[in-house]
Amino acid sequence: MTPTRGRPTEAGEVLTAAHEPLLALERVTCAYGSSRVLTDVDLAVMPGQFTGIVGPSGSGKSTALRALLGVVRPVSGTVQRRAGLRVGYVPQVETVNWNFPVTVGDCVLMARTTGRRLPWRSPAERRDVADVLDRLGIADLADRHIRQLSGGQQQRVFVARALLGHPDVLLMDEPTSGVDVSTRHEILHLLEELHRDGLAIVLTTHDLNGMAAHLPHLVCLNNTVIGTGRPIDVLTVDVLERTYGARMEVLTHAGMPVVLDHAHTHDATVVPLRQAGA
Amino acid sequence: MNVLFQPYEFEFFRNGVIVATIAGALCGLIGVFVVLKGMSYIGHGLSHAIFGGYAASALIGVNFILGAGAWGVASALMIGGVTRRRLIGADAAIGVITTASFALGLALFAVFGRRGRSFDAALFGSILGVGLEDVVAISVVAVVVGAIVFFGYRTFLFTTFDPDVAEASGIRIARVEALLMVMLAASILATMQVLGVTLIAATLVIPPTVARMLTNSFSRMLWFSTAIGGVTGFVGMNLSYHLDVQSGPTIVLVGATLFAMTFVVTGAHGRRRAHGFDDHASRPSVVGVGR
Repeated sequence: MTPTRGRPTEAGEVLTAAHEPLLALERVTCAYGSSRVLTDVDLAVMPGQFTGIVGPSGSGKSTALRALLGVVRPVSGTVQRRAGLRVGYVPQVETVNWNFPVTVGDCVLMARTTGRRLPWRSPAERRDVADVLDRLGIADLADRHIRQLSGGQQQRVFVARALLGHPDVLLMDEPTSGVDVSTRHEILHLLEELHRDGLAIVLTTHDLNGMAAHLPHLVCLNNTVIGTGRPIDVLTVDVLERTYGARMEVLTHAGMPVVLDHAHTHDATVVPLRQAGA
Repeated sequence: MNVLFQPYEFEFFRNGVIVATIAGALCGLIGVFVVLKGMSYIGHGLSHAIFGGYAASALIGVNFILGAGAWGVASALMIGGVTRRRLIGADAAIGVITTASFALGLALFAVFGRRGRSFDAALFGSILGVGLEDVVAISVVAVVVGAIVFFGYRTFLFTTFDPDVAEASGIRIARVEALLMVMLAASILATMQVLGVTLIAATLVIPPTVARMLTNSFSRMLWFSTAIGGVTGFVGMNLSYHLDVQSGPTIVLVGATLFAMTFVVTGAHGRRRAHGFDDHASRPSVVGVGR
């Protein structure tokens, strides 16, 4: 990557040119204590791109997402962010405290935390919340407690909250983790719709067939980037073996790769490829 | 009827009732954050830690609000700092810092004798010796904390519910949490005279827990918990006079009774609301929803 114009900021260097990425990790290394989670990762998020980051548990998927978000600071390398970029973040639903006393409307309004000091909603905010809930087809759930929702509705609430901040890019951590098949389809369709409307999306997933194979662009990650490209190009025996540390078979069905994992070994026996010097 | 008003002839009792009511309301308000953030143990530990500062300031002859206050804020920030490191478990860190401080307080009193305010009052609460300055102190703390919570409502809601995303949205989590700890320390300090350091934790935990059983809304929970805390303090203080039991235990027992009643009356519905509501890892459960 060539050096970009603009002054350096706290978040990294400012990106200015229109053809350049919205967000990018450049030779980023992240560590928790002495264990290195990401090593020399290059990852660019282009305008309008829909990217899935795939890899086994502990491969650094969430860390890469959090580095893009700016919550995790790399020990080396830079995180570049286009000036004035608005990022929407949708957390993994399993990490949400569903017993917390908030209604759907309250939760969505959290996107407007800074800017207004008074606790209650302004008429404009009321309208904006109603609009975004309507856009996501959950307008009638505004006064419901967040626990009284189906899996797909729960995901929509947090997407609605992210959209209320008018983001240029949406970052999602494992949006289909722990959901049933119909909810997974629901979420995938919702994201395809948002992507069609011009939103750039980056999500992490460990679901190769249910999620990754349906996305336009993938990044295979295991501590470092193993492969980048269309699913048909990166969901290959070689890349998967290097990503998951296990041999899998890949078939093609209706032009889409289907990954077969007979041995079910990849969960427990991941061997990080790059531990040298860590 | 006259019997009920009889204690109001005494100035110390009038002061005591005002302090207990405001203290209850204040602890109820701040307790919402304590309970929702799963910090009950911090509240418990912090009140014990402040006892060390109380004993030290009584011995040196420093104003106890200044002495114990500085000590309390220091302990609060220290606990906050230690809990952000992952190496030492938060509960262990709190156990060490606060129990040591409490023990130091006990040791200081044992070696140098009891001076100034009553030793028992600090431990279990007493309305004897509640003066105008206590009324003023707790009123000031209540107004300041109330204003901070009012104007910071959105920030506190976001950071309590979803600290990660709040931080990613540009909110300075560490600052918000430090502010919360300082407010907690100030509330404990202003309250310890009537409630006693060993019992304050209950007034931080009971009102929000009762409030949570009654509502699913964060703003209503704040109002309910404040009101429940205030009423509990008021009723408890009056009962304390008539039953001739220390104010701290009476107020806590009134709160516990209210909790038991709410628990029974709201039935399974309320219990489900309150169950594990500070458990961030709890899985979503779907309650009767059509698609």
